[in-house]
Amino acid sequence: MFRPVTIAEGIYSVGCRDWDIRDFHGYSTDEGTTYNAFLVQGEKNILIDTVKSGFGEEMMDNISRIMDPKKIDAVISNHTEMDHSGTIPLVMHKIGEDKPLYCSKMGAKNLKSHYKKDYNYQVVGSGETVTLGNRTFSFLETRMLHWPDSMFTYMPDEKILFSSDAFGQHYAGDKFFDDEIGEEIMPHARKYYANILLHFSPRVQALLADVAKMNLDIRMICPDHGIIWRKDPAKIISAYDQWSRQEPAKKALVIFDSMWESTAKMARTITSGIESEDVHVRLMNTRKWHRSDIMTEVLDAGALAVGSPTLNNGIFPVVADVMTYIKGLRPQNKIAAAFGSYGWSGEAVKILNKEFEEMKWDMVDDGVKVLYVPDASDLARCFDLGVTLAKTLKEKLSE
Amino acid sequence: MDKWECPCGYVYDPEEGDLDNGIEPGTAWEDLPESWVCPLCGAEQEYFEKVD
Ligand SMILES: Cc1cc2nc3c(=O)[nH]c(=O)nc-3n(C[C@H](O)[C@H](O)[C@H](O)COP(=O)(O)O)c2cc1C
Ligand SMILES: [Fe+2]
Ligand SMILES: [Fe+2]
Repeated sequence: MFRPVTIAEGIYSVGCRDWDIRDFHGYSTDEGTTYNAFLVQGEKNILIDTVKSGFGEEMMDNISRIMDPKKIDAVISNHTEMDHSGTIPLVMHKIGEDKPLYCSKMGAKNLKSHYKKDYNYQVVGSGETVTLGNRTFSFLETRMLHWPDSMFTYMPDEKILFSSDAFGQHYAGDKFFDDEIGEEIMPHARKYYANILLHFSPRVQALLADVAKMNLDIRMICPDHGIIWRKDPAKIISAYDQWSRQEPAKKALVIFDSMWESTAKMARTITSGIESEDVHVRLMNTRKWHRSDIMTEVLDAGALAVGSPTLNNGIFPVVADVMTYIKGLRPQNKIAAAFGSYGWSGEAVKILNKEFEEMKWDMVDDGVKVLYVPDASDLARCFDLGVTLAKTLKEKLSE
Repeated sequence: MDKWECPCGYVYDPEEGDLDNGIEPGTAWEDLPESWVCPLCGAEQEYFEKVD
């Protein structure tokens, strides 16, 4: 849709699409992304968030089609990360550096750490309301969702929630609203949750409870990435509720890498064992799958088998990459087992077990280690490991 | 009793403790178990600063 897009009377989306980006701080963005920024026009003109640096002129052009950008009276910064604050210096320069910049307490601190400027920070906290001309804004701090500075801005008269990164999706396209894109957007929203918010799930639960208690009437949710939820904002809220509860599905993943195919043979056999028990399974080679796509599958997987050959007394570096990444996002309620082929010292399985333990995943047993190339009896042990994983998961789900 | 602030903005208040993580109200900063980390962002105690 041609920018700017009207989202309500006098309220416009003036952000930019980044069609080309494929790696967003280590998250694969196969369909690019968007940096949403919102202009609220009225007796006072307010800009909510900005775009990544490099997109500033395009945002200014979008604003110019509505009004002279110099007439912006104030900026609200919901989040300091540079994909949203990167153009604040350009905007402040254009409108006058004395103009108010509304942000959370941590926002003021973090904006200073990023841009080394003493702007006219107007610190706002949860429950505070600010009236600018004929428009009213209220604020809700959402600390650590997903940065210390993160906050929501809500317009009570219009009933629009500007939710910063929450409820966002990395997606660039010609669709602009949930009703235009339909179900197609959900995998993007899910991937975003799994990769950006999963480790803060208890806080997401608390936030959703707070929002429910506040009885906010939310007609529209405008996140800083992707489409706007205007037809059915409750849909993404209930998806967040579900994802943050981390309930396991009847689904297993076999994540592995392999140098000479021995661990790969084990992985395929474990997969067959899982399938024989009618549990959904996905075999994911860490050099074929991006870590962020593996993470999306981890979100609702009830069981994981992770395999690595032993390399120089450690685990294979690509498996280590994926495990470090998964661990940081702290997935809960998982059943796990390790496996791997080795030649002499064979540390890999032990190291993986330790990782599981640190993540508080339930191990079904000590895992399967095979010396060099697996024979028929080794593969039978692998098949059995798959069966055990699947059965343990089914028992857990029936409890 | 002193309050301590995490770089993420969380403030440990001994009067409140941190019940979600098993810390009773009235637990002084010095008496927190070593394993206790910021309940918001996960930072270890050494990164906290005393609030004046
Ligand atoms: C998704 C994400 C997660 C982050 N997690 C942490 C964290 O757990 N602790 C921390 O101190 N900083 C964290 N940061 C902040 C970065 O370390 C910070 O932005 C840093 O300046 C980035 O350095 P760089 O420009 O070299 O990438 C995180 C940043 C992002 C984007
Ligand atoms: Fe962010
Ligand atoms: Fe973002």
